[in-house]
Amino acid sequence: MSKSICFYFQVHQPYRLRTYRFFEIGKKHYYYDDYSNRMFMRRVAEKCYLPMNELLMRQIDKFGDKVKFAFSFSGVVIEQMEQFAPEVLESFQKLVATGKVEVLSETYAHSLASLSNPDEFKRQVMAHKHKMKEVFGVTPKTFRNTELIYSDEIGAAVADMGYKLMLTEGAKHILGWKSPNYMYANAINPKLKVLLRNFKFSDEIAFRFVQDGFRAEDFVNWLNALPEEEEVVNIFMDYETFGEHQQAETGIFDFMERLPEAILKGSKFKFATPQELAKALQPVSAVNVPNVLSWSDEERDLTAWLGNPLQDDAFRALYDLNAKVHRIKDEELQQDWTLLQTSDHFYYMCTKWLSDGVVHKYFNHYASPYDAYVNYMNVLTDFADRVNQLSKRKVKAE
Amino acid sequence: MRVLMFGWEFPPHITGGLGTACFGMTKGLAKNDVDVLFVVPRAYGDEDETNVRLLNASDVTIDIDHEKDRSYWERVQYMEIGSNIIPYVGPEQFANVLESDRHVVEHFNRSGSVFARNYQFSGKYGMNLMEEVARYALIGSSLATKYDFDVIHAHDWLTYSAGIAAKETTGKPLVVHMHATEFDRSGENINTDVYAIERRGMEAADRVITVSNLTRNIVINKYGIDPAKVVTVHNAVEPNDKPKSEYERSGLDAKVVTFLGRITYQKGPAYFIEAAHKIHQVDPSIHFVMAGTGDMLEGMIRRVAQLGMGSHFHFTGFLKGEAVDQMFAMTDVFVMPSISEPFGIVPLEAMRLNVPVVISKQSGVSEVVKHALKVDFWDINGLADSIYALCHYKPLADCFKDEGKDEVDSLKWEAAAKKIKAVYESVVQ
Repeated sequence: MSKSICFYFQVHQPYRLRTYRFFEIGKKHYYYDDYSNRMFMRRVAEKCYLPMNELLMRQIDKFGDKVKFAFSFSGVVIEQMEQFAPEVLESFQKLVATGKVEVLSETYAHSLASLSNPDEFKRQVMAHKHKMKEVFGVTPKTFRNTELIYSDEIGAAVADMGYKLMLTEGAKHILGWKSPNYMYANAINPKLKVLLRNFKFSDEIAFRFVQDGFRAEDFVNWLNALPEEEEVVNIFMDYETFGEHQQAETGIFDFMERLPEAILKGSKFKFATPQELAKALQPVSAVNVPNVLSWSDEERDLTAWLGNPLQDDAFRALYDLNAKVHRIKDEELQQDWTLLQTSDHFYYMCTKWLSDGVVHKYFNHYASPYDAYVNYMNVLTDFADRVNQLSKRKVKAE
Repeated sequence: MRVLMFGWEFPPHITGGLGTACFGMTKGLAKNDVDVLFVVPRAYGDEDETNVRLLNASDVTIDIDHEKDRSYWERVQYMEIGSNIIPYVGPEQFANVLESDRHVVEHFNRSGSVFARNYQFSGKYGMNLMEEVARYALIGSSLATKYDFDVIHAHDWLTYSAGIAAKETTGKPLVVHMHATEFDRSGENINTDVYAIERRGMEAADRVITVSNLTRNIVINKYGIDPAKVVTVHNAVEPNDKPKSEYERSGLDAKVVTFLGRITYQKGPAYFIEAAHKIHQVDPSIHFVMAGTGDMLEGMIRRVAQLGMGSHFHFTGFLKGEAVDQMFAMTDVFVMPSISEPFGIVPLEAMRLNVPVVISKQSGVSEVVKHALKVDFWDINGLADSIYALCHYKPLADCFKDEGKDEVDSLKWEAAAKKIKAVYESVVQ
């Protein structure tokens, strides 16, 4: 029985907020830092998206059906590509058009709605589905939540939306002695299959590429050293690993250029997309995740976005507006509502120290988590004010 | 009458009330026919010199081998340069400063640096503060010999050594001005080096001017200065540049309650937040603003978040120049809950823009102002009550808006300066 290797890459950039002062509340309603957003998009396009897309195209051209990959694109990153770097979107469309790339489903705004409001969560998933259809001509079938956030309940909700496969993190605290290298099922609804990220292998490339200094051949040796009966190795990463988190000088592109060939020629592993795995593999057991987890930071939990007083207050203030927002049919307001939910806003308010702090600072335009909180709350106050005004008007009209 | 005045800040390069007060004071003195030579550690060139002649201490060269400079140095052996404790910085911040400025600490321990020919003052409150104060004293002595004047006037402990040096060199009388004591800044955990300088300055002086009776009492009781020597001259406030109508109003359709000042222990920001929280539970429409920066800022932001008030409690960061008046124009109630405020000019600046104010009884300004609501700083319920009343009872707010403005317009620097001139005359033979 041949073993499978599944590569999945996350593509996302938030719409960053501009410096929004108390003085502007009630007066100015445009919240975004177009300059920074354009700058970050063009930079990541140049250092990562374009070169890596070309690299993957070369692999596909060389090996045809033998290599395949999976991608997720948040709705907001697609919008920014449309706005600031259309050639990048074309490059991704070309990749998807080869038929060797599966596009995954997620929330439009890369949000934490799954933690707060099931209706809002569903709405965003639908919106995202439409966008993928519009831009890539495909209907995504595999689901991955923002930053691989998952719990038994979230999985069950996703299954209720009709999905049969979901990706998440193979965290130590949920697996214990078990291995992530099998297909699992949701503990509440066994119809939802679950693929678990192999963090050891994934993090080697994503975070420890420089320290551990290994070549494609070494990586393949590690793959070959895995127990015979294991079925799949899931390598899930942020696409920005290639060229940003790991700069080109580290040799990461050379490594990835060589890796597919090394795998195909030096091991029994075959490339597979998540959907292919859903068809080929049966779950060996349920995976129990009573508490929400994610692929973020050391703890693999929600503390990157929630838990400190700043984050909790902002999150609560945001979702308190949910009910009112949905009754208002104002396009700009709805757009702002979506963009304000992007998980990055809360990520910037994180006050954790240690090595995780470095990752949090990447592409973070705030000097401190306090600045991030104060700024976000100023914007939210203006937004809430607009919601209240428009609500009142609606009531008067009814 | 001509005075050699030693200050530390001058607008627009200010961090607090000291520079503002000096500016108004010198203007008032000019109106009373007093010539002022105003020395600052560092002049930037964009100060308004209509009413003073600004002397930049950074321009003064010292030749320690020169007889006159050396002889002063020999007579004034007590000056301490060794201390590297910064009075305006709390212990955690100090540790951070130390970490980032290791090389500054090393530089600092080479005592020879104070005696350099030229010395560039930062004029700020940083690691080398004590060094700058000592250097300022040398400058004081040197400058005093170059100019002609009748009296020396030194503002706050930073300049007292310079004032003493000038007095020793020239024999002219010294008036020291106490705008804030170490007890106001640090409660009971005073920095003993600073206290020693304050005390020495007041003992060496011929007169001590305090900005309020509150401060006068501290000077008499905690420093042991002879009451006959201490005179209270309350600060005043400049008239505003623009009428309120020329400023934009807040875009929020809600009352705005503002705290404006350094976010530090002395100013009682924590009491403001607790009072805001109480009000928020009764009237969640009111918005609060904390404008300023300081060592307690992050703690205050955390507390607001903890109380779940982030949607109604805003931070603007440090505001300067016109932004301050813009903030007042958007404010419905101004609050100053200081734990110990020697005077407190800021509420007057609010009142001159028709803003009703709530001030702590433990402030010098509460001695002179009638049209303000006054509470004990610790009385959070009283504070919340006063703020709520001004937000909800229109006749009360209107009364303060109009009468407060009239009252403040009558608190002129010219009158305060007249009293200061009288103090000068009493010591000039």
